[in-house]
Amino acid sequence: MTKQLQIVWTLAWRNLWRNHRRTLIMIAAVSVGVWAMIFMTALMRGMVNDMIRSGVENLPGHVQVHHPGFRDDPSVNNLIPATDTELAARLADRGFRAWSTRINVPAVITSERESRGVTLYGVDPARDRDVTFVADSIAAGRYLESIDDDGLVLGRKLLENLDTDLGKRVVLMSQDPDNDIADRGFRIVGVFEAELDNVEETMIFGGKRTIQQMLRIGDRVTEVAVVGPDYRDVEPLRRELARILDDDVEVLPWTELNTYLGTMLRVMDGFVLVWTVVIFLALSFGLVNTLVMAVFERVREIGLMLALGMRPVSILAQVMLESLLLLAIGLAVGTSLAWATIVPLEAGIDISIVGEGLEMFGASSVLYPELLLADVLLADAVVLILGILASLSPAWRASRYRPVEAITKV
Amino acid sequence: MTAVKCIDLCKTYRQGEQEIKALDHVDLDVERGGFVCLSAPSGGGKTTLLNAIGGLDIPDSGQVWIAGTRIDNMSKSELARLRLTQIGFVFQAYNLIPVLTAKENVEFVMQVQGVPARDRAKLALEILDEVGLAGLGGRRPAEMSGGQQQRVAVARALVSRPALVLADEPTANLDSHSADGLMELFVELNRNHQTTFVIATHDQRVMAYAKRLIKMLDGRIVGDIRQHEH
Repeated sequence: MTKQLQIVWTLAWRNLWRNHRRTLIMIAAVSVGVWAMIFMTALMRGMVNDMIRSGVENLPGHVQVHHPGFRDDPSVNNLIPATDTELAARLADRGFRAWSTRINVPAVITSERESRGVTLYGVDPARDRDVTFVADSIAAGRYLESIDDDGLVLGRKLLENLDTDLGKRVVLMSQDPDNDIADRGFRIVGVFEAELDNVEETMIFGGKRTIQQMLRIGDRVTEVAVVGPDYRDVEPLRRELARILDDDVEVLPWTELNTYLGTMLRVMDGFVLVWTVVIFLALSFGLVNTLVMAVFERVREIGLMLALGMRPVSILAQVMLESLLLLAIGLAVGTSLAWATIVPLEAGIDISIVGEGLEMFGASSVLYPELLLADVLLADAVVLILGILASLSPAWRASRYRPVEAITKV
Repeated sequence: MTAVKCIDLCKTYRQGEQEIKALDHVDLDVERGGFVCLSAPSGGGKTTLLNAIGGLDIPDSGQVWIAGTRIDNMSKSELARLRLTQIGFVFQAYNLIPVLTAKENVEFVMQVQGVPARDRAKLALEILDEVGLAGLGGRRPAEMSGGQQQRVAVARALVSRPALVLADEPTANLDSHSADGLMELFVELNRNHQTTFVIATHDQRVMAYAKRLIKMLDGRIVGDIRQHEH
């Protein structure tokens, strides 16, 4: 077989261009198919990533540490004693990008005219600006300046709902560990904007120590949020945190804290494969048809080669190689085309015309296509593997011809 | 030594309801260096006998031996190897590979045999020169006349000096001058290299070159005439 490789290659390559119009049409079909696979995957990947990134940056971080009972009862009864000094010593030089301790409790905010139920966050602004989006999304006023800041930052939608304004006073009410009302007046010092209305309507931020004092919880917090290098690969981060922290805390990745987004990430990976296979199935009809025609037109030649002593396996290899060359050219063109069309769009595509609908799913109105090498390799591998499988039937048929019958075929 | 031996060969084809006996208890011996013509009217069985000898077709019964080796019970791969190494074929239609040049067509068998490129090229150019196609090695079949194509096919059959050459109506598409040239080449190879030739033909001029003329009718051998030595 090795001896025959050169002639098999020569025949496959020249036969590919024998009917060049048919070959070019098939290459165009494979290229467009591959382009569609990669381009659509990049768009979908961009949309899902945006949703996940927004979701992760809207507070959870990549991994969170809580009291084991906090998820069932997210109140001041389930706190963890985590001082920043102690945590800083434990988390130093572990490769974490950022971390922050917070208070996260349900509360009621009241203006002169309206009241709303909200989630109150007591944060350390110096640490939290590396974990969440809020510091970078201030639309009016200022962000919190320290843990003792007695101002409040809230979302633009909530401001409208409360019918109040920057600089005005509001009252916050929550519950202390003794189930007594804990309340306090605050002045609105900043207004933030978020991609999601829901975030603007429900989240408010105050200085951590000010909130701790209001809730009478000392220096305890409800959670520690930690950010690692990559939100897609959080398990090593979770394991490392679980190892270095006390046993009486629960360490959870964002995929479990926000199961909707976690599921979406997993579904996306499955979707990419299904989408790629579906496009290929449509392509495979054209590919098989091209090869069947190519073999059918060359029955006599195949018979002649067999009669002259070429082994059936070499005929099989010839047809398979022809298919492989066609697929390889289509893949190269399609992949280049995808790259050339995605890279200029990486700055973002304005889809605000459908943005309102997308916001319901947590996506923004600017879509950032994301070209992942893994997706390109997956598309190329699916096309190559399924292409080879689809070529097997015509190639096998060609190799099984009886020379005496094939050579006399008109 | 016997180059070809056929023992009690039978082959029947079905055409609709009708059974056609293409070979009917055929016995044949061809000695090494023989130059045999099989002559028969159309449907007389000469091409079927040639195909059976070349391992292209398997007889229903009987035995075929080539150079002392029984071939009718060989596998496809074994038959392919036998054809590759011991037999040269010249078919009635030119049967060249259209995407290869004349030189590449001639080199085809050697390439499958694994002959090094330099040796292949040298032998191909020599044989093309011998069959009168010097300088035409770079042409594709579509750029050559029928006679030129047939000479390329002959060159391909002879280039690796097979012990046995099977030719089916090799002059059918040639003018008389080209046909004579081709037969002279066969005779020369037969004489100089002891190559055994078995040629199926209608052509009286070809029969005149044969040392031995075997006549067939309805799948049977009805005459075996020893003619002159070359």
